[in-house]
Amino acid sequence: MLVWSRAGRTVAWAVLALLVGVIYALPAVIIILASITGQWNGVLPSHFTLQHYANALHGSSAAMLRASIVTGLLASGLALVNGSWAALALRNTRPLPRRVLDIVFFIPSAVPSVSVGLGLLVAFSRPPLLLNGTLAIVFVAHFVLVSAYSYGNVSAGLSRITPDYEQVAESLGARPWYRLRRVTLPLLLPYLIAAFSLSFALSMGELGATVMVYPPGWVTLPVGIFGITDRGAVFDGSALTVLLAVTALAVLIALSRIPIKAAQR
Amino acid sequence: MASLALPLPGRRAFRPSGSWIIPPAVVLGVLFFYPLALILGESFAGGKGAATLLNYAGVLGSVQFGSALWHTVTIALVATAGCLALGLVLSLILAFIPFPGSRVLARVIDTFIALPTFLMALAFTFIYGTAGILNTSLMQALHLGLPPLDFLYSQWGVILAEVTVYTPFVMRPLLAAFSLVERAEIEIASSLGAGTFRIMRQIILPAAVPALLAGGSLCLLLTTNEFGIVLFIGAKGVVTLPLLIYTKAIQEFDYTGACVLAVINVCLSLSLYSLYRTTLSWFGGRSAGLV
Repeated sequence: MLVWSRAGRTVAWAVLALLVGVIYALPAVIIILASITGQWNGVLPSHFTLQHYANALHGSSAAMLRASIVTGLLASGLALVNGSWAALALRNTRPLPRRVLDIVFFIPSAVPSVSVGLGLLVAFSRPPLLLNGTLAIVFVAHFVLVSAYSYGNVSAGLSRITPDYEQVAESLGARPWYRLRRVTLPLLLPYLIAAFSLSFALSMGELGATVMVYPPGWVTLPVGIFGITDRGAVFDGSALTVLLAVTALAVLIALSRIPIKAAQR
Repeated sequence: MASLALPLPGRRAFRPSGSWIIPPAVVLGVLFFYPLALILGESFAGGKGAATLLNYAGVLGSVQFGSALWHTVTIALVATAGCLALGLVLSLILAFIPFPGSRVLARVIDTFIALPTFLMALAFTFIYGTAGILNTSLMQALHLGLPPLDFLYSQWGVILAEVTVYTPFVMRPLLAAFSLVERAEIEIASSLGAGTFRIMRQIILPAAVPALLAGGSLCLLLTTNEFGIVLFIGAKGVVTLPLLIYTKAIQEFDYTGACVLAVINVCLSLSLYSLYRTTLSWFGGRSAGLV
């Protein structure tokens, strides 16, 4: 306790409540309010409606939601496999190449997403790999952008789990593949889940690279929301934004609740 | 998967061949580094396949580029300063003047990291926009004919939204650092007569410096790269480098110009990233919890 007087504590909490209220709670409440607004001419909306959610679940909006979820699942899944593979392989590499490669696998998170998208456009609009105009280029963009987060989470997990269990398994004669499946991966499971759910949430909200590469017919939610709000349908856009946030958070929360045997032992 | 490369369990236990790193490295190479290399190549492309520096001369001399660079740098610097100030205040109260639910509140703020950045920009138009709550209330209360506040559609709107979105990235390492500060030390200092501000200056802030540097350099990188907020607020005249690249490539079909800008932007981002990594390695594992 840093402040002992009751008055001092109350002031500090009031400051905290004000800051968090204005900066975080107010925008969150307002965007939800806007998503159910029928008419908003005065200070606050005068009519409420669920029409924007009905619109969101039909036609092109439903297709956007589906495109975002499919892209998110696919890109995060592939990034998880690739990132875990890289993190596990790097554990057994000599120190110098290991440090260099560690940075290499993190670099995609440092490059602006628009430039990643531009690079994919330039690279895959020409032979030998023609991906421009296909769904694959969207998946690749999302995969690249979340790959560093997958790798980072798994390699952080690997540095935290104790090697004892693996060494015991090894001394008991467990083959490498068996040891990986039955010892290392179960110990890593919390980090694998965290990697996947963070990647999924980031992919759901990705805008910069997608807006550069998306083909007609595969409009992800953020791209669609920008188009819709740009046309002036701000309440429809808000409803879609709420759906996007809820989907991302639902996956985060649901996955974090999976009972993990290894953690309980 | 690396352990597959072990010849037999036992002798060379944790030293298999390094070749298992090749598949993921090739994937990243083809999908990420090869496109980056082509951006670099394209930025030097002249007529008839010859390399030229004229593209750079054209871009670097343009008013557009100067203004975009200026906006990118000032927005990133001011927003980072804002994140550090706000993050420090929030973390200090949450960590050292705790109340029931303060840990939950810290976790709720942390989940904002996972939300799309443009959510804040969109919400801000309803609050601070010309027809937003704040302006309408002020117009009614003061009987004004025109909305009095117009800061949202300037760099200040972008900065405010970025401060909101990126403050959790400062709070993560700060709260981790504060959890390591010995509570007894504060109580002893306090019982010896040190006031709140002296304790903050002499005990808490020194412990916070590594976290502030790490969080601050990460914020600098993320605010430099930010695209969604700038696009959604759509302020006329507030064009940052990522937005200018998008405009050049998608709206003007000037791929060469876009590639030149992308090379400059990527170099800027990579130098900020190396600043971040250097800060992290200076302070070792003390700022754990950051990607």
